[in-house]
Amino acid sequence: MNTVGIPRSLFYYYYGNIWEDFFTALKINYIVSPITNKEIMDRGIKTSNSEMCLSLKNYLGHVDYLKDKCDYILVPRISNFKNSNQTCTNFWAAYDIVKNIFNINILHYNIDLEKGQTLKKGLYKIGKALNKSSPQIKRAYKYAIIKHKKQVKKNHQINQNKLKVKKTKILIVGHPYNVYDELIGKDIIKYLLKNNIEIIYSDKFDSKITNPLSKEISKDLYFKYSKDNLGAIAYTRKKINGIIFISSFPCGPDSLANELAMRKIKKPYLNLVIDDNSSFTGLETRLESFLDMLGGKLND
Amino acid sequence: MTKIAFPQMGDYHIPASYLLSHVFPNDQIIKAPKITSKTIEIGTKYSPEFVCTPFKYTLGTMIESLEQGADILIQMGGGCRYGYYAELQEQILKDLGYKCKIINLVTKGETNFKRINNLLKQINPKYSKLKTIYYTFVTLKMVKYMDIIDNYIRENIGFEQIEGSFESLKEEMLVEFSHIKNFRHLYRTYQKYLKKFHKLKTHKPDNRLKIGIIGELYTIMEPFSNYYLEKSLAKHHIEIKRFTNVHYLLIEKAKEYKKIKKYAKNYFKYNMGADASDNIARCKYLCQKNYDGIIHIKSSFCTPEIGAMPIISKIANQYQKPVLFFSFDSATSQTGVETRLEAFYDMLEMRKEK
Repeated sequence: MNTVGIPRSLFYYYYGNIWEDFFTALKINYIVSPITNKEIMDRGIKTSNSEMCLSLKNYLGHVDYLKDKCDYILVPRISNFKNSNQTCTNFWAAYDIVKNIFNINILHYNIDLEKGQTLKKGLYKIGKALNKSSPQIKRAYKYAIIKHKKQVKKNHQINQNKLKVKKTKILIVGHPYNVYDELIGKDIIKYLLKNNIEIIYSDKFDSKITNPLSKEISKDLYFKYSKDNLGAIAYTRKKINGIIFISSFPCGPDSLANELAMRKIKKPYLNLVIDDNSSFTGLETRLESFLDMLGGKLND
Repeated sequence: MTKIAFPQMGDYHIPASYLLSHVFPNDQIIKAPKITSKTIEIGTKYSPEFVCTPFKYTLGTMIESLEQGADILIQMGGGCRYGYYAELQEQILKDLGYKCKIINLVTKGETNFKRINNLLKQINPKYSKLKTIYYTFVTLKMVKYMDIIDNYIRENIGFEQIEGSFESLKEEMLVEFSHIKNFRHLYRTYQKYLKKFHKLKTHKPDNRLKIGIIGELYTIMEPFSNYYLEKSLAKHHIEIKRFTNVHYLLIEKAKEYKKIKKYAKNYFKYNMGADASDNIARCKYLCQKNYDGIIHIKSSFCTPEIGAMPIISKIANQYQKPVLFFSFDSATSQTGVETRLEAFYDMLEMRKEK
């Protein structure tokens, strides 16, 4: 029986639910790599090039962890979502990088809407590669997608409700693979929750609403995930008290898009760039003073 | 009368100002001052922290040309985040208190006629379309000829018998190129100088060292940003092969992609952004053509090239060829570059003697 390995990093935070449901419905064994720990991160740093961004290093660490525990590893490639919605070039190259660094079997698909490569086609391809018949795949795909859509809607609703709460509200602007990762962003979130802050996540808004709004901040932006982030800022800016930018060092799209946002919005913000040497103590001091400042402003 | 300026790269300011001066004959074209260490200092000061170095260079030249009185700046985009430079640069300049407008001709590595037409109308509503098309073609041809001659120079400049003969002739040619009247005139000038270049005496030994330079496009084409790498190689009597030039980027790249993909299919399957895939194929080519060494240069934080680096070292390992990786930053020191180059050069010599 074949086992598929899913690295819990980068793509997982966008497509993880779909993959898990898809494989469960197809009765395929799969393992997801554990929540990032020091060992995984160190593996990643060892295998990767020193200049790669922290998130990619982390991803390679997860792949390295999985390499002898399963028969296949799922590494997709995501290029664009049409209408100038590109992804970062690391997403374009992830498949080729993994393929060249590791000597493993890779299950992969390509999302490139400009060339008609959709998620549906990709999952069909993967199902076929694992010897499943078309009707089976069709059923599994439908099941996974419907469940995913419900989940996404729920997330939107939760985020919307949070905006109405009467507490200090902070918008976290960052890519999900950084914000929700145990070693990159989790500590920040925990700290904020401990201090009774209502956290609103920039990636959990409906991108149909936020994408057009991102034009208010940046007209030329063509990175899909940065568009989501900036759109969330534009959407919530009247309802929140402050913004915290979380990005990994040295993130390409963030370095430009976040800088532009910081220059254009008139809101208190904190820019946290996480690299492989940063310790939480340093971040804690900055977070503390940021919260102090927000508190002072609230009392006025 | 508006004053138009553009960030410069290598010798390409000559065709660029040639084209602009013919499209907008009534406006003034400001030639950006040559890049110096002061340019980078200014650029770095106002740039975000971990943006790639071309951003800092172009911002620096923009500020310098604004000081000279420019009001319209022209920027071109590439396939990576280069295409997004213009908007942030405009905001930074605005925050600094300059009044200017940035025209971004290419975003995302693609553009169309309608878009360019709209943009040019913003500069001067009465510009002549027919003239623009004509002179664009003349300029493209000029760039092509310049690149052919540059390639010839790169192969031979290390072996010139009279020191500086190639450079002075090239300068002469560039001056004549900036006063071209039409296609025929351009062609004749090109032929004349091609002959002159071939007549220049060189002494090429058979066991000369050959090095291929690959890497990120801006750093490769702007000699100041790579610390005059080609010049120092030429001083060591090395034949240089370089692939990236403006003609390649504008015209050949799109056509060549399929060929490249087939050629290097063992190493990559998808386009990896900007020139990354091209460089992987070039690395294979250089290894197969038995070049002595490969130098890969890029500006720091260039994401596509960082992705390509592990693959490039893998290829070089398979073919047993040495690769030298340079990552240039505004803080890189000239001495450091030279020391590493010298060590690389010594190593190549020793390999050759074996």
